[in-house]
Amino acid sequence: MQTRKTETYFWSGNEACAEAAITAGCRFFAGYPISPANEISEHLSARLPQVDGIFMQMEDEIASIGAVMGASWGGRKAMTATSGPGFSLMQETIGWGFMTETPCVIVDVQRVGPGTGQATKCAQGDVMQARWGTHGDYVAIVLSPNSVQEMFELTVRAFNLAEKYRTPVILLTDETTAHVREQITVPPRESIGIVNRKKPEQQDKAFFGSEEVAPMPAVGDGFNVAVTASTHDEYGVRFTQDAAVHRRIVETLNAKINNHADDIVQVENYRVDDCDVGIVSFGCTSRAVYEAVETAEAKGLQVGFVRLKTVWPFPEKDVKRLAETAEKIIVPEINLGQVVHEVQRVACKSEVVPLNKVGGGQLITPEEIYAKILEGRK
Amino acid sequence: MRDLKLPFCPGCGLFSLSDAFLKAVYELGNENLAKFCFVSGIGCSSWIPSPYFLADSVHTLHGRSIPVATGIKLVRPNLNVVVFGGDGDIVGIGLSHFVHAARRNVDILVIMGNNMIYGMTGGQVAPTTPFKTRTTTTPYGSFEHPLDAAKLAVAAGAAYAARWTTAQPTELKESIKKALQLQGLRFIEAVTQCPTAYGRRAGFKDVGEMLRYFKQNSVPAEEAEEIGEEGLEGKIVVGEFVNRKSPTLVETVYSVLEEAKKSGAQD
Repeated sequence: MQTRKTETYFWSGNEACAEAAITAGCRFFAGYPISPANEISEHLSARLPQVDGIFMQMEDEIASIGAVMGASWGGRKAMTATSGPGFSLMQETIGWGFMTETPCVIVDVQRVGPGTGQATKCAQGDVMQARWGTHGDYVAIVLSPNSVQEMFELTVRAFNLAEKYRTPVILLTDETTAHVREQITVPPRESIGIVNRKKPEQQDKAFFGSEEVAPMPAVGDGFNVAVTASTHDEYGVRFTQDAAVHRRIVETLNAKINNHADDIVQVENYRVDDCDVGIVSFGCTSRAVYEAVETAEAKGLQVGFVRLKTVWPFPEKDVKRLAETAEKIIVPEINLGQVVHEVQRVACKSEVVPLNKVGGGQLITPEEIYAKILEGRK
Repeated sequence: MRDLKLPFCPGCGLFSLSDAFLKAVYELGNENLAKFCFVSGIGCSSWIPSPYFLADSVHTLHGRSIPVATGIKLVRPNLNVVVFGGDGDIVGIGLSHFVHAARRNVDILVIMGNNMIYGMTGGQVAPTTPFKTRTTTTPYGSFEHPLDAAKLAVAAGAAYAARWTTAQPTELKESIKKALQLQGLRFIEAVTQCPTAYGRRAGFKDVGEMLRYFKQNSVPAEEAEEIGEEGLEGKIVVGEFVNRKSPTLVETVYSVLEEAKKSGAQD
């Protein structure tokens, strides 16, 4: 019983995420109970031990992400899953992961916030937190699935990007995508690319920024690796006073992601050619957009849709292309306006219109999006 | 050791603690630290291994060494995982991890350098600071009672718990040697002098006076029971508090893997 066979299943998004993690090679999970992410923990508590993986329920989210970082330095692919409050608690350690270049995956199943908010209700309010949640200068990779099928695909991708770029990757999903049950086909094993971190050669001694993505030893492999999230040189030795050493490390951390934005960014461009009106959306909200686009088209209106599968780094090129013809761009999201600011920054010549609704788990409907498309038209 | 100058102030007790640890390792027949992985948090004690020991060392966040060590030990069960931390790190900000690690009986050795103060940040009151001590944040004397970390470790389920001061370097070294050969969560508290951030404000003239104070006020654990709590005010109880065998986390987690593989056949 290794990974799931190529078959069609009827899974929730959380189950698909858990199974995809196993497919991607995840063999360590640590988490703390929180709605609406619990099914990921529950599923992995049963499945991981079957594949020689370790499941731990820790005393809190801080301990969970800490254990994940430890397991990653022990050489395993590791993951945690949480929701807003737990994601907030993890932020300091996520920053430790960026600074020490520790590959791992953090799943944030978004619910209504701030504070305890509405624990079981869907929202998309953690977009900026996923990008800017911890202190200092860093760049985060954040992926956003919009179906159970894509939950599988992007969970595998999150692990692959984490391993390739040696960095924490955030899978930013939401209560709806996590709990909805849909048909999902597990792709044939040979069609799923699996990336593993680059290991050092025996003579290697520099493991931090010595090359764009430096090789990563595991503890216990005889490399005498010194790991620290204090400012350090290529050998992991602390330099907490030196300006040049600090600039070198943060610039390297930023460049290794920013220079490869084209490799990391994925979007779905839907009828974007020559559109008059544009829509930018992501996650569960994006599911309502297709119907609105089709309704508009039936009335002779060309509406183009850019769906963000990667939220960060922000898909600037695709949004810019949309803005070339679209005079108006609508940004529906279940919060009071987050992605809309990025769209405004990138598509500065277009009129960028927010479409917000949040609370009670209510989703934005195709009718509401269609009404926004018509707004201001004669 | 790496070819780097140690960061501690003159007269710091952490020199003695580093010395006791390395001697213990050497006397157990280790020529180097290849079998070890060191994990530490933030604070002076956390600098003992990182990056000075020529070994794998993971310098984590303030208070978070134990969860990271837990993750490492679970996936690398053959490594000897040793946590170094101060009192603020282990039983201040990281207290809950310490209690749960003892409850789980995680197979790690936790060595806590207890200088009774937040030394690195300049001498603020700690959860271990004796009652009525002057610190930079208790100018009228501390108004809280200190925590007994070793006693807490015993209550929470640690396999081994001991406390010594830097005035008993041989006992400290022997205790580390013993703990390194045991399984489960082992806790050693080393009460150490911090002349810079503690001693000079708490009224100690110099390092010698601090060490004499440690020596004169140390009460062996066996005698402490007879003296009773009131008579122990201001004293430091030293010795071993527990040495017991119970299933460790590595044992229980890996036995789950076996069970799961049997039941997984029907899944």
